[in-house]
Amino acid sequence: MGHKKRDLLVDPMVDNNPITLQVLGICSALAVTSSLKVSMVMALAVIFVTGFSSMFISMIRNHTPNSIRIIVQMVVIASLVILVDQILKAYAFEVSKTLSVFVGLIITNCIVMGRAEAFAMKNPPIASFLDGVGNGMGYGLILMLVGFIRELFGAGTLFGLTVLPKVTDGGWYVPNGMLLLPPSAFFIIGLIIWAFRTWKPNQVEEREFKIQTLEAH
Amino acid sequence: MQDLISLAVKAIFVENLALSFFLGMCTFIAVSKKISTALGLGISVMIVQSITVPANNLLLTYLLKPGALAWAGFPNVDLTFLGLICYIGVIAALVQILEMILDKYFPPLYNALGIFLPLITVNCAILGGSLFMVERDYSFAQATTYGISSGFGWALAITAMAGVREKLKYSDVPDGLQGLGITFISAGLMALAFMSFSGVKL
Repeated sequence: MGHKKRDLLVDPMVDNNPITLQVLGICSALAVTSSLKVSMVMALAVIFVTGFSSMFISMIRNHTPNSIRIIVQMVVIASLVILVDQILKAYAFEVSKTLSVFVGLIITNCIVMGRAEAFAMKNPPIASFLDGVGNGMGYGLILMLVGFIRELFGAGTLFGLTVLPKVTDGGWYVPNGMLLLPPSAFFIIGLIIWAFRTWKPNQVEEREFKIQTLEAH
Repeated sequence: MQDLISLAVKAIFVENLALSFFLGMCTFIAVSKKISTALGLGISVMIVQSITVPANNLLLTYLLKPGALAWAGFPNVDLTFLGLICYIGVIAALVQILEMILDKYFPPLYNALGIFLPLITVNCAILGGSLFMVERDYSFAQATTYGISSGFGWALAITAMAGVREKLKYSDVPDGLQGLGITFISAGLMALAFMSFSGVKL
């Protein structure tokens, strides 16, 4: 049993990562990855929401009529997101300003809905909680990785502290300004997917068309 | 009038919901394999967006803002913290109503768009549009313009993406990049192209 619980947590991080394999939850998060600190806050917020929403939805799963389950799930998720939003506004106002609408958009983050629908409706609360946290962490892992690359090479800093001294400040590093712009996140995620699939070849998608090899007659 | 036109141009090209804010990315990636389906979804998003943004704007002005309930005799009530749950409720309800109206009065349109409508409730571009409207404090006229044009921008982006992907499937892509990976990279290139609009001002 202990082994199974560990699998629930670890499996979504690499083998079944929500972003690189399930194509869920790419929506709101990429715009917030230009610095590591903001990515980390966003990752924690998503882990909190997926974990607890899965747990609460699983607790009431036997009392929820099937026809209105989406609305019930939405209400649970939206209440948790409001909680996160209010906490951020109260204790981390600067970060909540940078995240702007993206905290609210956790509601429509497909990972939260996807796990509620696919796992929490069929499993007991504790397993659902672990599954939610695991998927949130898989998402957070990619988010932090993108944030790390973008902040380190785009601005030469990590968590706002200088790591690579910039030329403009008398150092040697010429920052790559494109990494601070939104499109770079697409490239980085594309490359991360490439790296993941080279490491785990069973995740590679089938080709629709193949180049035909000529047979010798 | 002029500021409305410049708002529209900005929402369509410069601040394109899909390519510069990454909103609606899940559907953007998942449903952009064929031009015809992408166009259908794009049009549905545009319709829903042009209804929900003004509707949420009215909701905000007459129910949620601090002092908005003065007409009902509660001038000191501030319900803005309930915003998120109200907007998503409005969106879900409107999508449901739209689906029923289309089913009853415009069956051909319903058959064409029907499968996409439920998807739209969880499309971040729709909720994102409403949240941007709140954050930027739009008036009703601005909210209507913003709703229509941001929906149009999203439709434009997904249709263009589908066009690229229809050609892309014949190309020889490295194994690990196949499918999802190359789609991300082409979306990135498109986003870069859209950024060149950023100097445009009316």
